[in-house]
Amino acid sequence: MLELKHISKTFYPGTVNAKTALFDLNLTLNDGDFVTVIGGNGAGKSTMLNAIAGAFSVDSGSITIDGRNITKLPEYKRAAFIGRVFQDPMMGTAPTMGIEENLALAARRGKRRTLRWGIKKVEREDYRELLRTLDLGLEDRLSAKAGLLSGGQRQALTLLMAALVQPKLLLLDEHTAALDPKTAAKVLELSEQIVTENHLTTLMVTHNMRDAITHGNRLIMMSEGRIVLDISGEEKKRLTVEDLLERFSAAAGKEFTNDRVLLGA
Amino acid sequence: MDFLQSLLNGLPGSVGQGLMWGIMAIGVYITYRVLDIADLTVDGSLATGGAVCVLLTVNGVNIWLAVLIAMLTGMLAGLVTGLFHTRCGIPAILAGILTQLALYSINLRIMGWGSTAGTQSTLAVSVDKFDLLVSSRYVRELALNNPILLLAALSAVVVGLLYWFFGTEIGCGIRATGANRNMARAQGINTERNAVIGLMLSNGIVALAGAFIAQYQGSSTVDMGRGAIVIGLAAVIIGEVILGNKVNNFAVKLASCLLGAIIYYVVIQVVLRLGLNTNDLKLLTALIVALFLAIPYWRDKLLKGAGAKRKSVKEETGNA
Repeated sequence: MLELKHISKTFYPGTVNAKTALFDLNLTLNDGDFVTVIGGNGAGKSTMLNAIAGAFSVDSGSITIDGRNITKLPEYKRAAFIGRVFQDPMMGTAPTMGIEENLALAARRGKRRTLRWGIKKVEREDYRELLRTLDLGLEDRLSAKAGLLSGGQRQALTLLMAALVQPKLLLLDEHTAALDPKTAAKVLELSEQIVTENHLTTLMVTHNMRDAITHGNRLIMMSEGRIVLDISGEEKKRLTVEDLLERFSAAAGKEFTNDRVLLGA
Repeated sequence: MDFLQSLLNGLPGSVGQGLMWGIMAIGVYITYRVLDIADLTVDGSLATGGAVCVLLTVNGVNIWLAVLIAMLTGMLAGLVTGLFHTRCGIPAILAGILTQLALYSINLRIMGWGSTAGTQSTLAVSVDKFDLLVSSRYVRELALNNPILLLAALSAVVVGLLYWFFGTEIGCGIRATGANRNMARAQGINTERNAVIGLMLSNGIVALAGAFIAQYQGSSTVDMGRGAIVIGLAAVIIGEVILGNKVNNFAVKLASCLLGAIIYYVVIQVVLRLGLNTNDLKLLTALIVALFLAIPYWRDKLLKGAGAKRKSVKEETGNA
């Protein structure tokens, strides 16, 4: 489904700030895979997601989705088959536009934008129903500006937007990290629900080990720009946080360090 | 009494000027507010619009056609700025300054077309000899040739068309580009192309205003656009202050630029009658704009200092 082959990326090459973020990275996702991604500081988790999304071009290697090579495709064109939710709740929505307008923009992802009206009457009703499923009271605030929503509400809205046009791949980049624990749990539950209902192939970066273990069918751990652990199936189901830390040290040859990582709940 | 009388006499002139500069301000609104780009091309493209319109008119081209071509030339200027910005990676504000500077030479060439010197800094067009659409001469007449009538109709058309355009799928994409480029790209929107379209649209409208301003004053001059961006900003900001933050309708927001420009010209007229010199106007305009831009910043700072519950609370109540 998704194939990353020998991806390398160095930021600020040839300067004292040179930083190799991805180093000969290889990853293959199968249809319907829900993969959680964990790793230490600067392991390249977000960089990998951004490389897939096309936020920058990679130095070498190829990215293929469903057999189509998208390595050279600009970010906005890749959006046709990639849905994204970012770590920063501000990044996923247009703050000065209404909730319904944001959804209408997302409903046209991957389609030609024309001189037809930007949002139709029937769409409004659809959006109202869709928002009702969130149970956040947003269905009564269709025309409210997205900028007035709380972080959790915005992430929930961004999730809806990411799945409104079924993406081939959903990228969740620590999308609950900026939320308080209760809201984070709710947004995560919603993510799980959307992924399951739509059978979305998903990459979810998280800093919470427990979440990484309980969600998805496959877990990968990154270190120094490459994947050092790849656990799936029954083996993943039996996994504990202690196992994970141990196996990480063995695979990466160093202790797991991440200032923000949550080992437990 | 005399003061009031003369002020009243000057009112139609202020309204006429205000409508033309209000159309110009709508162009500025598109870049400054919708696209979130401060585009300084407008100082040049306003004069380009005037120059092209007058040149074509004195050479016997139909006045409406001349206005249309002036507008297209303005769009071309916007295209240049847009390509500087998106294709050459030049920051938008600098891209605009470069185009504006280049346009100074180009405008001299346009007005000097066919003359022996090849460049010219003014080009006159008399309402006696040509069939102009608007002229300041008739601004106090109670007749159909009063320029205010046509300008009001034109303003309504501009606002109407833009309201429609920014409601379409393409227009919504441009608004999203200005609101959050990251989000726009993630939703499959070509943000670079949209920035170029927005700049073209904006400068087309500014050149349209320039074409009318030149007719109105009976000549185009190379300096007619100097400080236009600041006058445009003044109109946008005055309009916003009057509107407050309660209204969300896009057409009303655009119309507020017109109102802002009219108020601006009424105020200018008052201070002129009070004895200020026309040469002091640019200083005054700059101060007004600086003040209005500073007020929201000061207000936020003050509120932040006032307590921990600062901004979110203010926003809630402000938009309730």
